[in-house]
Amino acid sequence: MIASRSGGPATVQHVPTQQLLDPGVDPSGPDDLQDSPRRLGTRSSTPDAVFRGVIYTAGILVLVIMLMVGLFLAIRATEALRVAGFSFLTTSAWDPDGGNFGIAAVLIGTVLIGLTAISFALPLALGTALYISEYAPAGLRRTLINLIDLMAAVPSVVYGLWGLFLLQPELLVRGVNGDGIPRFLATYFGWIPIFQVTLDGQPVDAGSPTTPGSVYASSTFIAGIVVALMVAPIACSIMRESFSQAPLGEREGAFALGSTRWGMIRTVVLPFGAGGIIGGTMLGLGRALGETIAVFMVISVVLAVQPRILQSGTSSVSSLIALRYGEGSPFAISALMAAGLALFIMTLVVNFVASGFIARSRSGAVSE
Amino acid sequence: MTTVLTPVPAAAPAKTAPARTGTAASAVVVAATGVQPIEPVEVRRSLRATRSRDVLPVVCAAVAALSLAGLVYFALAPFTGVIGYVLLSFGLFVLLYAVLVSVDGTPIMVKDRLAAVVAHGLAFLMLLALVVVIGFVVLRGRSVLLYANFYVEDMSVTGPLEPLSSGGIWHGIVGTLIIITISLAATIPLGITCAVFLSETRGAFTRFVRTIVEAMTALPSIIAGLFIYALITLGLGQLSGFAASMAIGIMMLPIIIRAADVVLRLVSGSLKEAAVALGAPRWRVVWHVVLPTARSGVMTAVILGTARGIGETSPVLLTSGFTLATNYNPFSGPMVSLPLMAFDFTKAPGESFVSRGFGTATILLLLVLVLFVLARILGGRGPGDLSRGQQRRRAKASVDDLARFEKRAAAARTDRSSADGSGPPDHRYDPAGHSSDGYTTTFEEHPR
Repeated sequence: MIASRSGGPATVQHVPTQQLLDPGVDPSGPDDLQDSPRRLGTRSSTPDAVFRGVIYTAGILVLVIMLMVGLFLAIRATEALRVAGFSFLTTSAWDPDGGNFGIAAVLIGTVLIGLTAISFALPLALGTALYISEYAPAGLRRTLINLIDLMAAVPSVVYGLWGLFLLQPELLVRGVNGDGIPRFLATYFGWIPIFQVTLDGQPVDAGSPTTPGSVYASSTFIAGIVVALMVAPIACSIMRESFSQAPLGEREGAFALGSTRWGMIRTVVLPFGAGGIIGGTMLGLGRALGETIAVFMVISVVLAVQPRILQSGTSSVSSLIALRYGEGSPFAISALMAAGLALFIMTLVVNFVASGFIARSRSGAVSE
Repeated sequence: MTTVLTPVPAAAPAKTAPARTGTAASAVVVAATGVQPIEPVEVRRSLRATRSRDVLPVVCAAVAALSLAGLVYFALAPFTGVIGYVLLSFGLFVLLYAVLVSVDGTPIMVKDRLAAVVAHGLAFLMLLALVVVIGFVVLRGRSVLLYANFYVEDMSVTGPLEPLSSGGIWHGIVGTLIIITISLAATIPLGITCAVFLSETRGAFTRFVRTIVEAMTALPSIIAGLFIYALITLGLGQLSGFAASMAIGIMMLPIIIRAADVVLRLVSGSLKEAAVALGAPRWRVVWHVVLPTARSGVMTAVILGTARGIGETSPVLLTSGFTLATNYNPFSGPMVSLPLMAFDFTKAPGESFVSRGFGTATILLLLVLVLFVLARILGGRGPGDLSRGQQRRRAKASVDDLARFEKRAAAARTDRSSADGSGPPDHRYDPAGHSSDGYTTTFEEHPR
């Protein structure tokens, strides 16, 4: 730019530069004292080479193991997928040896349980995270964080026991009439399709006392609540972490402008923590989709598409595997592998989206 | 209260709002009576954030909500169930509280107060759920915990109808310990080395490995179980504890690697650079600086991974199966773990089996709790943040080093004075950098 505007100077300057760079023109000093650039490079000693080898081996080994799981699943699944073809996605029965099998029912069941779980877990986790990061007294905060982390570490079989022995028979579907929230919802909100309850194909009159309580037991709704308690702490700790990173300057700025605490939360903490909220929710959803034993304990597996979440009987991919792994031929195992692969891909996608949001919320929360 | 406009400087903020502080109020009163000259009475201001005006509406709304919900529940509407009662009273509480606050507050203030009670309520609900889940399992399991045989016997000779005084969970304890030991023996070295790899190297390959590891933390445990079931259990043709530990290991490995990688990356670069500047090779930097600095965090990662692994049921269900007898051999025959046992016992008919199941779950909870507390005690500190004992040990090591240096320096002095310059060349470190024969010694050439 400069050269083209002024024309001459570029060539004028060019000559002395050339002279300086050319070692032959340099009149000072004999040739043998000439500076030459030092060769830069790292030559690691033998122990360091061994160390490098060891850590690279570990990295490669872990990579191989992890890829092997995915590849093995994919390779074993192709056998079944080739037989089933596209009907694998649309069939709801599971009879691999008879050639009639598909994941329509289990996939819908899995998603419904996951969505029910997350719709309970999201408000719980959000409220708790806000309480811990914004309202709790400073002395109590550490304890609360530890309790929530402990809740995330409680084994799923314990939640399953609670769901099977307390939540369902005592709290949600109590007595022969099945008194509780599910019946209430079916009675007054039965006109919403997912809250409808049927018995032998006919919609039941949920309000009448002759309806047996067992139609409300072992449903998607109950499994969803159990799973919600398992994933809420995970989502909560992600959200809390992103809330606590909301910059102090903006917080104090909001207060200085006369904001109430809720006003500050709405204008500073929630926008800064939005990535954490979405990421934490997705992470919880990923866990909810893959949860096995608690769901398997609560639900009674029905291999048919079951969109009515209050009605007894549902299914999920993981409980299908837990139920059917023992019976049958290598081809049946291959079919289960295909179902497992579908579940794995689903959780993988959800998790990648989640970690994307979480990473962005971490890097974005920097005050100017 | 009516506002009194006075020229008294103490009441200078002549707002129309009621006087808020004791000082201002008393000053106003004094000025209004006009008997005494202005002598501001100092009353200590309350600095507490909670005021009785804030607490009273909460209490009133809570009492009213509970009673109203009771009225609706037992006299008016056909609702039943504890959860319904709790939800209804919480909803009524929020509603009544909003009404109470809006009596003397602006809409902005009402929103603020409502957000606060909703957040408090949800947090309370969450903790209540934790307490109820743990409390219920421990309560149902407590009857069996009092029998000593529960801890030392297995179920091989106990029939389905025998009372709690016979049989126990010894086989489950043994199985859990063996399975978790094998999987830890495989995952700890591999996991920590891989975490070192991730934190110490740069480049596309490292990023790729990290992405894959992060993806695998999403692996549902049942799929890890299915993988090992198809690979090892069907390959060997029998159920085995070894297969279960491999399945749990595959599940734990990404969790441990990811948590350890995060901690290792927190080690400050200046520490590592200091070590490199002192001439330490890279393996020494990792071994003597990075790992000790991040020790508590790495141990926390391992322990929390262990807690996850111990509680997993479904991989054990697929690969190791259920048994009533004690099996000490991980390579042959079914071997049961505590969570699978809780799962299986509670499926069985008969009250005594269900009680044993709950007892097993209680022991499992206790185990997880111990691991968790251990992790918190070890890992409550950031990298480089030392406990008092560690600080004492560091100080002692430093004093020892000083003594060693001084002894060596004294030995060098006596050496030199006795040899009087005619002895063999002295290669020991000399502050001046030159020894008696004009040799320049460097730190590296120093014999250890």
